[in-house]
Amino acid sequence: MKYRVKFWVNEEPVELEVSANRTLLNVLRDELYLTGTKEGCGAGECGACTVIVDGKPVNACLVLAPELDGKHITTVEGLAKDGELSPLQQAFVKNAALQCGFCTPGFLMSGTALLQENPNPTREEIVRAISGNLCRCTGYVRIVESIEEVAAQYKGGAR
Amino acid sequence: MGYKHIGKSYARSDAVRKVTGDAVYINDMHLPRMLHAQCVRSPYAHAKILSVDISAAEQMSGVKAIITGDEYPNRAGLYLEDRYFMAKPGDTAKYLGEAVAAVAAETPEQAQAACDAIRVEYEELPAVFDAVEGMKPDAPLIHPDLKNYKVAPIFFPKPDTNISHHYVLRKGDFAQAAESADRVFEHKYYIPHVQHVPLEPHGCLAKYDADGKLTVWASCQSPYAVRQALSVAFDLPLNKIRVISQTVGGGFGAKAGTTLEGIVIPLAKKCKGRPVKLIYTREDEFINAYVRQGMHATIKTAMRADGKILGVHNTFVWDGGAYTEYGVNITKAGGWASAGPYDIDNVWTDSYCVYTNHPVGGPYRGFGMCEIHFAIEQNIDQIAKEMGLSEVEIRRLNGLRPGGFTGMGERLDVAGFQDCLEQVLADIEYDKPSEQISPTKIRAKGIAGGWKSPSMPTNAGSAAILRMNEDGTFFLMSSGQEIGQGAATVLPQIAAEVLSVPPDKITYISGDTDHTPYEWQTVASRTTYCAGNAAKLAAEDLADKLLDLAQIKMGAAKRDLKLEDGYIVHRIYPEKRLPMADFALGISFGDGSGYGGPAIGVGTFTLENNINTDKKTGIAKNHPAAFWTMGANGCEVEVDTQTGHIKVLKMVSCFDAGKVINPALFAAQSEGAMVQALGTALFEELKLKNGKVLNHSFVDYKIPTADDMPELVVKYVEHAEPTGPYGARGVGEPLMVPGAPAIANAVTNAIGVRFTRMPITPEDVLKALRGRKMDGKS
Repeated sequence: MKYRVKFWVNEEPVELEVSANRTLLNVLRDELYLTGTKEGCGAGECGACTVIVDGKPVNACLVLAPELDGKHITTVEGLAKDGELSPLQQAFVKNAALQCGFCTPGFLMSGTALLQENPNPTREEIVRAISGNLCRCTGYVRIVESIEEVAAQYKGGAR
Repeated sequence: MGYKHIGKSYARSDAVRKVTGDAVYINDMHLPRMLHAQCVRSPYAHAKILSVDISAAEQMSGVKAIITGDEYPNRAGLYLEDRYFMAKPGDTAKYLGEAVAAVAAETPEQAQAACDAIRVEYEELPAVFDAVEGMKPDAPLIHPDLKNYKVAPIFFPKPDTNISHHYVLRKGDFAQAAESADRVFEHKYYIPHVQHVPLEPHGCLAKYDADGKLTVWASCQSPYAVRQALSVAFDLPLNKIRVISQTVGGGFGAKAGTTLEGIVIPLAKKCKGRPVKLIYTREDEFINAYVRQGMHATIKTAMRADGKILGVHNTFVWDGGAYTEYGVNITKAGGWASAGPYDIDNVWTDSYCVYTNHPVGGPYRGFGMCEIHFAIEQNIDQIAKEMGLSEVEIRRLNGLRPGGFTGMGERLDVAGFQDCLEQVLADIEYDKPSEQISPTKIRAKGIAGGWKSPSMPTNAGSAAILRMNEDGTFFLMSSGQEIGQGAATVLPQIAAEVLSVPPDKITYISGDTDHTPYEWQTVASRTTYCAGNAAKLAAEDLADKLLDLAQIKMGAAKRDLKLEDGYIVHRIYPEKRLPMADFALGISFGDGSGYGGPAIGVGTFTLENNINTDKKTGIAKNHPAAFWTMGANGCEVEVDTQTGHIKVLKMVSCFDAGKVINPALFAAQSEGAMVQALGTALFEELKLKNGKVLNHSFVDYKIPTADDMPELVVKYVEHAEPTGPYGARGVGEPLMVPGAPAIANAVTNAIGVRFTRMPITPEDVLKALRGRKMDGKS
């Protein structure tokens, strides 16, 4: 069975016919070719496919496509604005907070969602926000520090 | 010596691509008319394949090609050609999960449906599920044809057994050492199978054109090794196979060999002109990619009363799994390094690689070192305790120093072990007891050392090409792959230092066997060293050519000219200078004639005098290892005696890197290595029951999360490697080696119980504590 859904991805409207058994991850990667969102397990366990749906970080592999109607979705492709990297993207680059990069989009989305909701998180809150994202390369410390750094910028009124 | 670009923490050259989603990984490729592949896999750990019936599947919609093991004419393998890429009808499936058929169809769902319709008849056979059992003369034979397999001459399979390699080291005389010793100890350890868990699963896409050209896109560490394996397996000339590896989403060794590529090729051959894609699921990743081999270790140690180690006799039995084309070399590497970073006169080692009906063992970060050091470094602490000596003093007394000798009898002029040990002791404040905050949460500290050398063919080669553009920018081309470790940042830094240009002027291109030059493999922590040497030589070649031209154009002797900040500058009259870019296309003269052509530099590196060890004794004749990287870890843990939970509070690391090319990337790799080691120490084990992997998901196989992250302290020392580029030696793998034993030692120091098997789980801790209390009562 197909469903007609209208939603927004990175502020652009999308209208699609989707099957009931497809996920948001399938739609993003295989239909919209937004391949920045990664599939690491397909079971909601690794966080590589994290995107922001209506302000909340979610695993795109766990959202069925028909549920998308009316939703606003931000993917890693939507973080940079007018060719300028977001503060968190810049912090990841500056701090070498990535290695192989496969989990990076997921961490950026979890971190961005956290900072949108809570611009001044404690370290514990940061760790909790990214504890559903797995990384095998970095040992996490630079990711946590990058989020802290952006939070400190907000605090200092940089943005 | 002052460097402009070496030792500077430049941002990763691939960072922007990776934070924006622009980096293209294998599964991000969607090619027109692409087909999707799925596999049929053996439900038995050891079974004869009686028949494979594909007739029903052939009729199903969307199905374009079906293959069985009959498509595979030859065995292939890196060091021991012991595997077809698919089990053949009439032959045996050797592990639970081995591919026995595959389908290419228009959609993955259609391919899966067709796989489900393939009927395979098996006859189940007695199997081997333990390496020690597998060595026994009456064990079921997994490879009855072993004696006919092609093998590299440094490996010694034992025909008509399951032993695919018996590594022997006989330095001095252990028996005599034991005779003269004050104490002799024997300790046993077991290290279970673990999985690498790169976040990106393996994937491959292949297309076979009408003219016989095969193009393979794979997430792989070593495109040239994949090309070679495919050439052997399918009788294809190398100029007809093009292997392209773009962004690799984590390797850790898992993507070093050739795995699913071998399944996709025959499908692509049957569907000429149509690309065929196969992406592993996470379950596949746990079962059908390489796993780290399990290992049984026994260490006998002959000790003098003052803590001097007179001799060791190690027996390592590796559970190699169904195929050991790669595992034989891990067995050798474990044997090579079996003395640890210690100077011991009598070292006897027997290291056995044993076939079992388990998933295929392969290279995992450390290449045997994490496993053997879990034994070696606990052994030292145990002996110290039993002899009433200090574990620190035993390490100081026996630890390698410059001018010391390795277990293979190789003299080392450079050995930074002692410096690293002292640094780690200071950073963890080892002489200061842990502050106790609760009677039920016991804190303590632990240390461990470690070392590693590349275990690669002695003549493994690297090449680099440096192309200069008209505007003074460059392309550095090599096949040292960027797999997250930073090759695409560090190698341009090396070339930039030679050319005296900013590294961002040099774009790194790798991973295309038709275009980027030969690299043996991106493994063995060799890339900064080997590909780095090639990059340096290419830059020196290019610099030399530019200076040749400049001396004509500038009317100065070559020796008086140098490259400086993008210019060619006269050493004595620095105002005489021309932009390097002026020479990119050669030079031209007043009459319109030109000379010197487009500037291009070539560098090739093969380490000279890297000689195999003696076949009988394993003793070094010169330098069998390109270099040895040494270091140590310290840690502090907190053991909850009520829940058994172990929390690692702090880990400190110090290694002798020779020369750190990029300190930020070095620190990042060190941090990742410590946390990866923490995972193996406390959480990770591939649970195997009758050959079946029971925990093939992230829910059942836990790797460390941000919540497990301890405070991490990274240090390094720099004793230059004489043959390394700017003195650098490889670090990526060694950094992980001491982590697990340091944690194990700390846990023992906290609760007084020794765990000789990892991971150390809360259940293990509680059981041990209960046992200890009962002992106390009796």
